[in-house]
Amino acid sequence: MTTKPSSNGYLVGSNLERILKAGHFAVTGELGPPQSADAEVIGKKAALLKGYCDAVNITDNQTAIVRMSSIGAGALVVQAGLEPVIQMTCRDRNRLAIQSDLLGAYALGMRNLLCLSGDHQTFGNHPSAKNVFDIDSIQQIQMVAAMRDDCIFQCGDQMKGPEPRFFVGAASAPFADPLEFRPYRLAKKVKAGADFIQSQLIYDIEAFKTFMEKVRKLGVHEETYFLAGVGPLKSPGMARYMKNNVPGILIPDEIITRMTQAGAQWAGKGKDELTKEDKRARSAAWKETGIQICIELIQQLQEIEGVAGVHIMAIEWEEAVKPIVEGAGLYPRPVVPEPTPQPA
Amino acid sequence: MIVAEQKSLEEIKALIGNADNVLVVGCGTCVTVCFAGGSREAAIMSSSLRMSSKLDGNPRNVDDVTVQRQCEWEYLDTIANQVEEVDVVLSMGCGIGVQAIAEHFPDTWVVPGLNTAFLGLPTEQGVWAERCAACGDCVLGLTGGICPIARCSKSLLNGPCGGSENGHCEIDPEVQCAWQLIYDRLESKDRLEVLMDLQTPKNWQTSRDGGPRKIVREDLRLVSEEE
Repeated sequence: MTTKPSSNGYLVGSNLERILKAGHFAVTGELGPPQSADAEVIGKKAALLKGYCDAVNITDNQTAIVRMSSIGAGALVVQAGLEPVIQMTCRDRNRLAIQSDLLGAYALGMRNLLCLSGDHQTFGNHPSAKNVFDIDSIQQIQMVAAMRDDCIFQCGDQMKGPEPRFFVGAASAPFADPLEFRPYRLAKKVKAGADFIQSQLIYDIEAFKTFMEKVRKLGVHEETYFLAGVGPLKSPGMARYMKNNVPGILIPDEIITRMTQAGAQWAGKGKDELTKEDKRARSAAWKETGIQICIELIQQLQEIEGVAGVHIMAIEWEEAVKPIVEGAGLYPRPVVPEPTPQPA
Repeated sequence: MIVAEQKSLEEIKALIGNADNVLVVGCGTCVTVCFAGGSREAAIMSSSLRMSSKLDGNPRNVDDVTVQRQCEWEYLDTIANQVEEVDVVLSMGCGIGVQAIAEHFPDTWVVPGLNTAFLGLPTEQGVWAERCAACGDCVLGLTGGICPIARCSKSLLNGPCGGSENGHCEIDPEVQCAWQLIYDRLESKDRLEVLMDLQTPKNWQTSRDGGPRKIVREDLRLVSEEE
């Protein structure tokens, strides 16, 4: 990887890069665009996250369900005074579309990018769609790093004019199969040019420690910033579902037991025996425990060498981010001044 | 081989329409070995159409014939007389066979009796699986003889993605993760280091993306340039 920082020492100078480079424990969040053209939703969600996250990921047709584009929503997030991390999948765009969209995203003020292959379209609401997968996520990382560092398009043509400078991120699934290959695949992404990593949800700290030990042996943690993925559980049912159905997510039994116990007061009663108030109170008890578990996970992750921050995925539950960040002692977020603009 | 399966009788009847004289043409190659459109299937299709038309109150003449390969002119020449006499040819060949008949007999209306599915092999009696995407630039030398283009749901060249679990692809527990297979095979051959190379974007020009493909072998051509 040949990364060329600008003369101010930053690759890009985004808030996320400044926080990480300064050695602060970074916090990123997630903002899911609506399944409509509703701009207000973005403003409301941004308001919940502003001040609590250094940057927020804007998902790109997550789970292959059509939503407002990540770049469109990202532009609104920039206007709202929050820094977006644009997610870009290889599922819906070929190399032409990815590059042109990124020129546009940069022109609109976006500075961070997460490169993903993308959830397969069979999961979403257009399963009969044709997918693209012209390039994969690792090739995407190489492509956007070269656009920034060498001012070239994927075809090798030199760019005529300012290049898009993105702080390039990649995903890591520490517990997906083949397990032994995962640290090496992470190393491949870093070799391709990933400046930062955001991982799949971590609940099993012991398993994650083992993974990070291998990552450190490869020296990868010194070449990239690893942000560990965390997310508050809403209910024991959600925990069991993720454990059993989502590849690469390990949830220890203690956590599921804790979630179950949080609702013990209402346990053993049939659906009809619970009043609306009961259900509301049970949900609140579960959520409180879910947030508490998330806080504890963050505190444990902070102790692991090579973890540079956390990526909080509170999907459709942006309200949870504030208590999590505060509870983990990560509020207020540090401010690292922007580098002074270079003379033209 | 090319693997295909039959369309439903209802769809085939709709394709045939009101034709009084139908010729069902089987093919003796790939679709014979995948039990979709050989002489046996062509004969069954032929009698199914006869019976069904009779039951519908519109009896029609349906005959069947099978050629060794529908995709070569010389075999199609052998059925030229039969083809001329009918209103519709129902090809039980793959998509290539259907098009060969249309191209070779421009005056004849031809419809497909099969859905051409993929290039694959029988993994067990009665089960066929895809193996090749005919991308035109073979990568099997990098992947231990397991094709990520045809067998990875995302055609990743730097797999596996995060959706690999217990050897299966996240899209379906019945689908094997191609990259787990590649990993296991390279590991068993002590060649895992191959996976550390970054595979650059594929040139899809040799695939369908470069437009319809053609191979010309001058060394084999009979027609001289002057002609």
